[in-house]
Amino acid sequence: MITLGQALNRGLRAAMTSDPRVVVMGEDVGRLGGVFRVTSGLQKDFGADRVMDTPLAESGIVGTAVGLALRGYRPVCEIQFDGFVYPAFDQIVSQLAKMRARSAGRLALPVVIRIPGSGGIGAVEHHSESNESYFVHTAGLRVVTCATPSDGYTMIQQAVAGDDPVIFYEPKCRYWDKAEVDEQAPLSAAPALHSARTVRGGSDLTLVTYGSMVRPALAAAQIAEEEGRSIEVVDLRSLAPLDLPAVLASVRRTRRAVVVHEAPTTLGLGAEISALLTEHCYFEMEAPVLRVGGYNIPYPPARAEEIYLPDADRILEAIDASLAY
Amino acid sequence: MSSASRYGYAGRPPPGRPAYRDRGRSLEKREANVIQMLAPDGTLRADPRFPLDVTPALCRDLFRDMVLARRFDEEALALQRQGELGLWLMALGQEAAQVGSIRAIAAHDHVFPSYREHAAALCRGISPAELLAQWRGIAHSGWDPARYRFHIYSLVLGAQTLHATGYALGVRLDGAPEMVLAYFGDGASSQGDVNEALNWAVVTNAPIVFFCQNNQWAISTATAQQMGAPLHLRAAGFGLDTYFVDGNDALAVHAVTAKASDRVRAGGPPALIEALTYRVAGHSTSDDPRIYRSEAEVDLWRERDPVSRLDTLLRTRGWAGEQYFQQLDEEARKLAEQTRAACLALPDPALEETFRHTFAQEPPLLRREREAMSAYRASFADGPGPVAAAGR
Ligand SMILES: Cc1ncc(C[n+]2csc(CCOP(=O)(O)OP(=O)(O)O)c2C)c(N)n1
Ligand SMILES: [Mg+2]
Repeated sequence: MITLGQALNRGLRAAMTSDPRVVVMGEDVGRLGGVFRVTSGLQKDFGADRVMDTPLAESGIVGTAVGLALRGYRPVCEIQFDGFVYPAFDQIVSQLAKMRARSAGRLALPVVIRIPGSGGIGAVEHHSESNESYFVHTAGLRVVTCATPSDGYTMIQQAVAGDDPVIFYEPKCRYWDKAEVDEQAPLSAAPALHSARTVRGGSDLTLVTYGSMVRPALAAAQIAEEEGRSIEVVDLRSLAPLDLPAVLASVRRTRRAVVVHEAPTTLGLGAEISALLTEHCYFEMEAPVLRVGGYNIPYPPARAEEIYLPDADRILEAIDASLAY
Repeated sequence: MSSASRYGYAGRPPPGRPAYRDRGRSLEKREANVIQMLAPDGTLRADPRFPLDVTPALCRDLFRDMVLARRFDEEALALQRQGELGLWLMALGQEAAQVGSIRAIAAHDHVFPSYREHAAALCRGISPAELLAQWRGIAHSGWDPARYRFHIYSLVLGAQTLHATGYALGVRLDGAPEMVLAYFGDGASSQGDVNEALNWAVVTNAPIVFFCQNNQWAISTATAQQMGAPLHLRAAGFGLDTYFVDGNDALAVHAVTAKASDRVRAGGPPALIEALTYRVAGHSTSDDPRIYRSEAEVDLWRERDPVSRLDTLLRTRGWAGEQYFQQLDEEARKLAEQTRAACLALPDPALEETFRHTFAQEPPLLRREREAMSAYRASFADGPGPVAAAGR
């Protein structure tokens, strides 16, 4: 059994071992191993040229990663916390995302940007944000997130191996979750990076979720089952591109969907999935798509986050509301 | 394994270019031109460039501020260890840099802190409860910036230096006699925002003093990995008046800040003060500095402690008697008690507050969301939902 943090560490190690062009860079990722220790020990084993403690500047981290990628390297950047990615916004949105299209496909930027995202750890402001929508909204970026150690281990390797930029969210409140990870299985046997996964089968309603919310969604499904309801839970894993066929297949069967995420609901994944379901299977549904998400306010102080974060109770409310249609 | 063969470098030793430029300047060399008035052993040496009337009263006042700040800091640490604060970032070792500077400016000068300026905040009259609210997790800031002329803490590194510059520009446009003091760290100095602010301030001739506490660490990143040239030299290149001062010497910091702010107030160019100090504690209560720095280094800086330096001066000169020290001790003990009591009495936040403060006027949709949230919360007769715990 290893934690999600350790699984990501081993995934990065595997990626660095199999491709000498993979370099890790970010604030405090070297000697310290990152504030969450995800890069722990990598500098010791791969050297300071491949695991670089950068100056404290996110725009610099991503901007120079673009340059390194142009030179043939595969940088894996760490942004220390979700709320500190914004100084790099221009480099991500205008440079990293668009260079392939701007160069008529001549330039590839295989850059991974790891972001410990979302809340739930009682942190101070700017340390608990779910800002995936900004990047999902940006053409040219792939956006994924892992919810389990096993996915952490494989998805980080797949992200590094790909030829497009990837924003890689790690739900920081799950870093300490433990599970069995099969490190011997070939990467080619793992589900594709941009595939969703049904983590619990059910027939009455589909909970569509990802990242930190997979666990409360499963808890809600369990409680609902005790009340005689059969709830399916789909972990999206990939937020851009979306695995629409998987979502459609599930919802066509259950005919009801609730989307759950920590990010504020406005223009969140829930809004997108709701629109897609309306477009693709309007007549097959028994109820409108409902959303359970963060409220449309700045992430609150730590002692109010319990109220802010969607939990099994709020998910059950939405399940009830959907089933009541 | 031989990828990137297009360029032929990857995987091979770099052709004669080390990872970091060799900046093996010794500490002594680096400190050769540092402005110092009060040596670590407590001996006083005037600097004619920075006239300061070193009166016993001034020394006692600065000493008192520093002792109280340190006691407050220790109590906050204890509160964090006991689970009463979510996080604490100690200012231990940086008291002289903060007290010396904030005490040298005028009460109407506006201050933009970073997030570790607790000693400066206390000098401005901010209460322990107001200071701890943020770290207890009940608010994102605990005080009214206008009341204390002390802006809320900025956790996004360096952002406040631009706000300070804009504020100072406003001061100039208003023709007001004020100036602005902006604190930031050695790590933050790498941010684009800080470099933009330095340049901007010069170009707009904003009445501002930038004050960098170079405590030599940005979490685990040493200053040598952060910058290739000392910050005060960089700032000089931008066109600022610059000063490099011993940040553990409250008197030198005071003298330098007074001179810098006088010049700025008189219409001179904006200034930057680099105060060489040391972050004696870990970055925060979540940090384990043993992973990245040696005890010996910390010990070296403990010997240069800013508080004991002034203590020695007061005692050897006979500028403070036993009674003074006893009273101060008692005052510090009371402050600690008050700090603890005030912290424990802080009320838990209501999420409704965040809703109300998001816009000047709450938009109708948001109001509906808030009302639905409150109604939902109220539907649980006895506190949180029955299964909430299971789902987290
Ligand atoms: C934009 C941004 N990036 C990263 C961080 C995370 N972080 C918090 S403090 C810190 C180190 C700051 O060092 P320095 O500026 O020297 O201030 P000190 O902590 O030493 O007072 C880092 C990297 C942040 N707060 N803001
Ligand atoms: Mg520092």
